[in-house]
This record gives sequence, C-alpha cells and structure tokens, in this order.
Amino acid sequence: MLKTRVIPCLQLIGESLVKTVKFGNHGYIGDPINTVRIFNELEVDELCFLDIRASVENRSPNLAILKQIANECFMPLSYGGGVRDFDTAQKILLIGFEKIVLNTIAFKTPSVLMKISEHFGAQAVVGSIDVKKNIWGKYQVFVNDGKEKISLDPVEYAQQLVHEGVGEILLTSMDRDGTWAGFDVEIIRKITDAVSIPVIANGGAGSVEHIGEVVKKGNASAVALGSMVVYQKKGMGVLVNFPDSQRLNAILNY
Amino acid sequence: MITIVDYGMGNLGSVQNMFKRIGVQSQISADLAVIAKAEKILLPGVGAFDAAMQRINDGGFREVLNTKVLGEKIPTLGICLGMQLLTDSSEEGVLDGLGWIPAKTIKFSFDKTQNLKVPHMGWNEVQTVHPSLLTDNLPNEPRFYFVHSYHVQTIHPEHILMTTHFGFDFHSIIQKDNVFGAQFHPEKSHKFGMKLLENFAKI
Repeated sequence: MLKTRVIPCLQLIGESLVKTVKFGNHGYIGDPINTVRIFNELEVDELCFLDIRASVENRSPNLAILKQIANECFMPLSYGGGVRDFDTAQKILLIGFEKIVLNTIAFKTPSVLMKISEHFGAQAVVGSIDVKKNIWGKYQVFVNDGKEKISLDPVEYAQQLVHEGVGEILLTSMDRDGTWAGFDVEIIRKITDAVSIPVIANGGAGSVEHIGEVVKKGNASAVALGSMVVYQKKGMGVLVNFPDSQRLNAILNY
Repeated sequence: MITIVDYGMGNLGSVQNMFKRIGVQSQISADLAVIAKAEKILLPGVGAFDAAMQRINDGGFREVLNTKVLGEKIPTLGICLGMQLLTDSSEEGVLDGLGWIPAKTIKFSFDKTQNLKVPHMGWNEVQTVHPSLLTDNLPNEPRFYFVHSYHVQTIHPEHILMTTHFGFDFHSIIQKDNVFGAQFHPEKSHKFGMKLLENFAKI
C-alpha cells in the first residue's frame, strides 16, 4: 500500500541550515550538505528545503547549494523560497528537484504558479499556506515569512490554489512551528476536507504519536518534521535523526 | 554505455546522477546520430503523453528508436511517462504511443469512498509476478517513489513483471523481449532504484 510520506522539512537562510520557533528566533543547525548526506543514508522518504528569508530579503534561490543538494540525494526533493518567476523554477527543476514550493508569489502573482503548473504539471507545484490563529480563535493566512496577513481564510485560499494548479498543499501552523507541541489537527482537517489533493501537515511535530494523530484525525497525506529531525530533544543540542521506522510503521498501521 | 534520450521532457540530470553513483557510464543525448549508435536506451519522461509523443514524432526520434528497439533489439527501459509511451495509447491524449508493448495507459479513477487521492504520489511496494533480470536481487521489502495519474495495463499477462497496490494491483514494471517499463522513479528511490538501474546496466 501507499505509505504516508514523512518528510524532513529543513529551513535554510542562504547557505545555513536553521530552525525557527513560531517563525521567530532561529537556532543554527549546521551545513545543509552534511545534513542531507545523513538523511540520504537514513533513506528518508523525501526532503523539503525552504529558504525562509529569501522573499523577505529579496534574495534569489542559491542555485549552487541546491545543485550540491540534488547531487547528494536519491529521493524526491522540493524547494521553496525566493522563487519569483518561471525561469528560476525551471532552473531548480532541471537541477534535479521535483517540486517547487510557492508561498508569497503564489498569492501575489498567481500567473507564475499557473505557468509552472501548466508546463511541468501540477505535481511539480506545492502551494505553501502559513496559518495562525488570532485571539478570537479564527485562522488567518500569512505570506512573506509570516509577516503579511491576507484577507482570504485558509479554506478559501487552499481552494483558490488548487484551482490555479497546485498539486499539493504544505500547510504550516505558525503557532506550532518549533514548539514540539503536536500538529494543529483542527486546521489540517479543515483543509483536507475541503480539497482533493494531498496535504502535508507541518508545524509542531514532537513525537511519533503526533504523526499518527495528524494522519488519522487530520487525514494528512504526508507529514513534515522540523525540530524533531534536527534536535536531540526539545531544548537539547543539534542531532540530525529520523524516527525509527518500526515505530513509525506501527503507528501508521502498516 | 547507456544513452538517455533527451526528447525535451523530464529531469535527465537525476537519472544520470544515479548512474554516476553506481559507476555506470551514461550520456544524455538529443542527437539522432548518437542515438543511432546507442547500446542501451533509457527513455525518461515527466509531463503529458501527447506533448511527449509530439516531440518524439516531430524530432525524428521515432524512426531511429524503432530501428534500435524493434530492429536491433537493444535493451530499453522507459521510466514513469517513458513507460506509458511504450504502450499503444493513453487516455491522457489522442496520439498513438510507441506501441512496443501491447498495452494501454488508463486514468486512475476511484469512488470517493475509497479515499484515494490521484496522483498516486509517494512510496509504494512492488510484488513480483514474473522474475526478471531487471528486478533480480532487489533489497528486502522493495519500495519505490511514484508520481502518476495514469497507469499501464498490459494486454498479455506474461508481460507483467511486478504489480503495485493502489486501490487495485496495477502493472508497475513490465517487459516484452528487450523492452522494459517502470512506472516509478528509480532515480529517486534510494538503494532500490540503484539496484534496478544497476541490473539494467548489466542486461
């Protein structure tokens, strides 16, 4: 049967691997190339790289680093951050990445998203949605590394992205990012109920049990892991790791 | 030397990268004269069926490939869309396929109750129907990375090497004589893909 994908989601700032907490302060993790070598040896399902400050700092993707990453990896790869036009997306796909993750540009210039999707297929485009609950408990969507609120609600926005040609949605809870507190199952379920394409749950993973919960209750097609795969434990030092496959299989009922 | 045919669709770099890792010589070529001298052909492909067939027809690849594959019978492997192109036709398009293996390419369609999302995307297992050189000695519990909305159905069951379960058992690796097709991406499937490509290099 088709396995639920469990995807280390790695944050870059330029050439450094980092990890944020609630989209804010970030800790330095290390060199991305060494890290991907470890994940390659661990035979992880897929890797996602997000240059979290590229849009805000108006930087273009670091193609040299991406090329080195692609040369080391024999699993599917996705990249997001600072992809503002079709040509840049095309370069990244030709380097050996399968998917382009679009966040800010997907909102601001949907025509770029549509062009990539038409040319390379919907499976090559991941729509990234960052959500945050306001003090009244209402979910709101942010772009530009969580700095700019948009007027659409998450369900509306997800449906709009599907209509424009994304093949997958990366749904990130800003409140849970880096907290190890578990996924925001409620918002993930809302989106998986509203769209027919796969949704990757992101933000808050702290244990294998959290993964099981968001797959079963949230109906997530895939799960992204951040802190859990780069730190030993909450509040402890850097350790690149991946959950034990037998425990994962048991919790995902294989 | 394996010749990876560059007819303008698909990520050829990853395939060549994996050949490099396993120490197999390969070249990417769009040159009909180079392809005419190929010892082994890998037909990659990502994208739509008609767009690929259009390029193969318009670029003059079809005649050269027919000579190599059907005439000289050199080992040939189609991967992902490249496998679907080996068939007679696809529900994705109106153009004829290469027709090297009697088969058709059909869209996945499921009831809502089955809760299966198309494309079939992710890692899935394979079950052997007929043993073959291509699938010999795969590491334990073989799994591969798939991304596709259409699947191949062979007309003759003897052409099925392996199946994969997604709602039902579809034909994930097929063979007729010197022509092989694999629906997944071996170049993105860790040691499992490496072994398969290594096997292909030895055929």
